[in-house]
Amino acid sequence: MAYLDHAATTPMLDVALEAYVATAREVGNASALHGAGRQARRRVEESRERVAAALGARPAEVIFTGGGTESDNLAVKGIFWARRSADPRRTRVVSSAVEHHAVLDAVDWLAAQEGAEASWLPVDALGRVTPQRLRAELATAADQVAVITTMWASNEVGTVQPVAELAAVAAEHGVPLHTDAVQAVGQVAVDFAASGVSALTVTGHKLGGPAGVGALVLARDVAVTPLLHGGGQERDVRSGTLDTAGIVAFAVALETAVRHQQQYAARVAALRDDLVTRVRQAVPEAVLNGDPNDRLPGNAHFSFPGCAGDALLLLLDAQGIACSTGSACSAGVAQPSHVLLAMGADSARAGSSLRFTLGHTSTSAEVDALIAALPEAVDRARRAGGLRASR
Amino acid sequence: MVPDGVGKVVGVRVLAAMSGGVDSAVAAARAAEAGHDVTGVHLALARNPQTYRTGARGCCTLEDSRDARRAADVLGIPFYVWDMAERFQADVVDDFVAEYAAGRTPNPCLRCNEKIKFAAVLDRAVALGFDAVVTGHHARLGADGLLRRSVDLAKDQSYVLGVLTREQLSRSMFPLGDSTKTQVRAEATRRGLAVADKPDSHDICFVADGDTRGFLAQRLGTAPGDVVDDATGEVVGRHTGAYAYTVGQRRGLHLDRPAPDGRPRYVLSITPKTNTVTVGPAEALAVSQVQGRRPVWIGGPRPADPVECEVQLRAHGNVVSATVAVTGDGLRAELHQPVRGVAAGQAIVAYRPDPAGDIVLGSATIAA
Repeated sequence: MAYLDHAATTPMLDVALEAYVATAREVGNASALHGAGRQARRRVEESRERVAAALGARPAEVIFTGGGTESDNLAVKGIFWARRSADPRRTRVVSSAVEHHAVLDAVDWLAAQEGAEASWLPVDALGRVTPQRLRAELATAADQVAVITTMWASNEVGTVQPVAELAAVAAEHGVPLHTDAVQAVGQVAVDFAASGVSALTVTGHKLGGPAGVGALVLARDVAVTPLLHGGGQERDVRSGTLDTAGIVAFAVALETAVRHQQQYAARVAALRDDLVTRVRQAVPEAVLNGDPNDRLPGNAHFSFPGCAGDALLLLLDAQGIACSTGSACSAGVAQPSHVLLAMGADSARAGSSLRFTLGHTSTSAEVDALIAALPEAVDRARRAGGLRASR
Repeated sequence: MVPDGVGKVVGVRVLAAMSGGVDSAVAAARAAEAGHDVTGVHLALARNPQTYRTGARGCCTLEDSRDARRAADVLGIPFYVWDMAERFQADVVDDFVAEYAAGRTPNPCLRCNEKIKFAAVLDRAVALGFDAVVTGHHARLGADGLLRRSVDLAKDQSYVLGVLTREQLSRSMFPLGDSTKTQVRAEATRRGLAVADKPDSHDICFVADGDTRGFLAQRLGTAPGDVVDDATGEVVGRHTGAYAYTVGQRRGLHLDRPAPDGRPRYVLSITPKTNTVTVGPAEALAVSQVQGRRPVWIGGPRPADPVECEVQLRAHGNVVSATVAVTGDGLRAELHQPVRGVAAGQAIVAYRPDPAGDIVLGSATIAA
């Protein structure tokens, strides 16, 4: 099998798996006061320190959550609520047109339910949000902006955003900026303090840890209203019994991924560049989407003109090759990607795209398998056409 | 590859259309067991699945999609969802409304087979390298290439498949035709398919509450007009939209006065041009000749001379013996006994009685 969908989830690292199993064998609620509880608490706090050190943050700034979606919701809604409470005029939310649904839908929800006024920063043809656009957006009524949220790197097309520059613009106006760095950590250098962002989302299963555990790194001066009320386990911001084993495995994976990031990126980018070159040779009309230079090392995202992405996926899947068309709705129906549409693609091009993402287990044999299967798949998919009515 | 005894060879790649119901799940299971390489596809037909009916009445809810996926899991076959909502809207739903607006009575299941399942889906499947589409329809399709009624006459669906061409049938598989519904349910239980006791779907899947008249009124608006007595030409009532009536209908006419003879009156015809519904006594409904358009002949070469056969004039309707002649673009049936309630827009399907299952000879759309 050729697994080319590491951006969806990547295999757990052995060290993380071993840490998970070892910790899961131990009993103890990290909030309990006896010896077993203290032992669990110690593991959580050691993990917090590891995560903080790896991300350039202080331990107190790390809030463990149930993963990327929760972290994004906590940041976007929580900072909005807290800042609006402090000043009722702050009802604006500034985001970008290419966010993951965990941010996109949270902002939409604030607009629909909380009277927020959402602005969506447009992107250029490579999927980049520019500091100029953010500056223009903040030129008027910046004092009414509750929160800015722009991702570190695109989960779909792999474009890496100028996050530090965006954060600097936000800081000029004293507005906190949250960034979804789920796709970035372990792939590119991510330093919370150096980036100047106020909040950063990271999750375990994209970097070799388990799914269902992640963190929101939150600067200490940023107030946030909780989503989940209860025992107040995490800084009174997030309640719920701590998943000690998951947190330990997450921290081990994150620390390992960050430590090896440079050599990982060099190896995987070389493999990815080979994939891109050979896809273009095999299918000359294929269009590489996203920034050709500032992109995640494992990401290759193409449009195949005249093909439906879901047909290509089916045909490659039948050859044991796993890849992705992008976002899917609850019924499993592929929707045209809002990211590609925001980049100026028409719905035909958006619907003809396929994402191949490499990771720590990727080999050149997997790229070979893709290249062997791709031309016939493209040929067949082109003959099959799309699903939309032709009229 | 060797013949499997039902006209297809084993080891071919087939696409199983899986609605989330018990029939299509067992059909896919049988195809896989016969040695075919089966891929399951659920057709998402509703533009916004949540707005369509909930529960197990229809065929296009999120729950149905999940049920189909779980059946595919149990069978160990790949599974995908194909978004056919746009085509379904254009070719089935819009057609349904337009047909009613034109005073005819369409059969959307038949149209869906003709335009979606055995056209758009089949074409795409073939282009993607599949050899055939397998569905859970209750009908027999044998090695002789002939389409026959199911052994379960109560569940027989050969009528709604009668519009398919020989080319379409040559790339279709109906593995359930030799089984009764009871047997299919028992087999689903045996195979561990959770849909084994899921209720049958019925009615029209895209009419959420079964209220066809309300569905049409929403789309066509109200258009008040006269209900006219056929014999006297007298206005005997008012209606709010002629499209809401079907030839043969007796209930819901809301006539102002009873017929002089005191006998019930039925809808005899609908005239969209004048927005008139014409009513009359039961015997005036009887027709002994039916004209069809767009004929399809699959039971052999197109007959040069009239053929003695049986015809069925609506889904689950009785058959009547007839003499059927096929002309260039039409079909004419002389019924050997008069039939009441023949509605334009429905299909006339011709059968040749056969001990091994009545054989579909051909079909046409009943003309006004």
